[in-house]
Amino acid sequence: MSGVRLLVGTRKGAFVLTADAKRKDWKVDGPHFAGWEIYHMKGSPVDPDRIYASQTSAWFGQVIQRSNDGGKTWETPGSSPEDLKGPDGMPKGESNMFVYDGIPGTHMWYDGTQHPWEFKRVWHLEPGLDSPDHVYSGVEDAALFESKDGGKSWSELSGLRQHDTGPRWQPGAGGMCLHTILIDPKNPKRIFVAISAAGAFRTDDGGKTWKPINKGLHSQFMPDPHAEVGHCVHRIAMHPSKPNTLFMQKHWDVMRSDDGGDSWREVSDNLPTDFGFPIDVHAHEPETIYVVPIKSDSEHYPLDGKLRVYRSRTGGNKWEELTNGLPQKDCYVNVLRDAMSVDSLDPCGIYFGTTGGQVYASADSGDSWFPIVRDLPAVLSVEAQTLK
Amino acid sequence: MIRIVLPHHLRTLAKVGDEVHVDLNGTVTVHAVINALEETYPMLRGTIRDHGTLKRRPLVRFFACGEDISHESPDAPLPDAIVKGEEPFFVMGAIAGG
Repeated sequence: MSGVRLLVGTRKGAFVLTADAKRKDWKVDGPHFAGWEIYHMKGSPVDPDRIYASQTSAWFGQVIQRSNDGGKTWETPGSSPEDLKGPDGMPKGESNMFVYDGIPGTHMWYDGTQHPWEFKRVWHLEPGLDSPDHVYSGVEDAALFESKDGGKSWSELSGLRQHDTGPRWQPGAGGMCLHTILIDPKNPKRIFVAISAAGAFRTDDGGKTWKPINKGLHSQFMPDPHAEVGHCVHRIAMHPSKPNTLFMQKHWDVMRSDDGGDSWREVSDNLPTDFGFPIDVHAHEPETIYVVPIKSDSEHYPLDGKLRVYRSRTGGNKWEELTNGLPQKDCYVNVLRDAMSVDSLDPCGIYFGTTGGQVYASADSGDSWFPIVRDLPAVLSVEAQTLK
Repeated sequence: MIRIVLPHHLRTLAKVGDEVHVDLNGTVTVHAVINALEETYPMLRGTIRDHGTLKRRPLVRFFACGEDISHESPDAPLPDAIVKGEEPFFVMGAIAGG
């Protein structure tokens, strides 16, 4: 029987929400890893029961968790008895070992000085399209890592961080994080990433070399608003059937590219504010996109206390507000960049989580909404899996 | 036998109870205790000290016999009471963040 599984990462643990295809009655399972920050969880497109989770703590650092049964049980990769010892007899336990390639170097700090690259946490896990054991991770301080052994060990795709512009990258308010990884399903050697606050980058050779793809972005807070790098890109989304078309929620501005990021144009138009974090694409309509406008960069909550999702069926520019079932007064939550997702049932389901701990769902492409759960810890990420 | 008390979050990560035990040959030091702990529970690698430098994470503290020894040399011998198993060696998360 088909259904949906939502992987919800929060400030204090992970939750797995499941429903059948009607998406009316939901089961809430969790917290897993109670008390830890779960930045992101995502299942493999090859084997949906293989799920990766990024578990972090300011005290105890980074942990990678992996499930082989759809989130019922978890393990740290490489900690089973057969994996326990390396060739030299020492314990391996390398699933949380993210070491920058070579001499890490420096990037720009908030005050304009240079600051050493320091690993802090994994923001985003993107399973590969070819194998359940293949997974990418986007980390803070910004870099891209890859594992080909199911998360047991990681190596950096250092051509990105070592790009000539690296010393000019600087942290956004949330840190210098690589938060978006999009793999072109028609050409897996083409990967798009986004970094706050460096901008968007693309590789066409599987991660060896990278180019900034920020032409057309305009960021007023920068000395040169059209600079090659330095833009605070919040999120990029792509429909798998049109991988050359990208949609971007920038710090301010909603943008669109139809040439794989080589150039961008603004499509904010009639949005009440074009600041926000998430952006996503309808599963069956490549020109239908969703954003959640937030009042401003200093007031991270909906305009007028009304939680409204905006939908464009024209790939931007013409936006309609979606409010049915969402709180329309006294609502001052935020929706973070990785906290929106879609399923591929018909009609398409849309989901998002808030910093107030609500997870909202729409089983009709956004026409109406209901809360699946209201009182989780602050939601950091939501990923929908469509189960056959 | 060395007795080790871990903070709550590391107990749940390692799936252990209030106290874990390791056996050591040779001089009992902080490094030797953490080496043995990580060998038995490899999921703890990187959570107490850095993978590469082996430096204690900033918000982790070590206590022995009621004393904070976090800033002592990790190669210094630990007190006899720890060596004999009369007292546990404590790994603690610093109180921080309100």
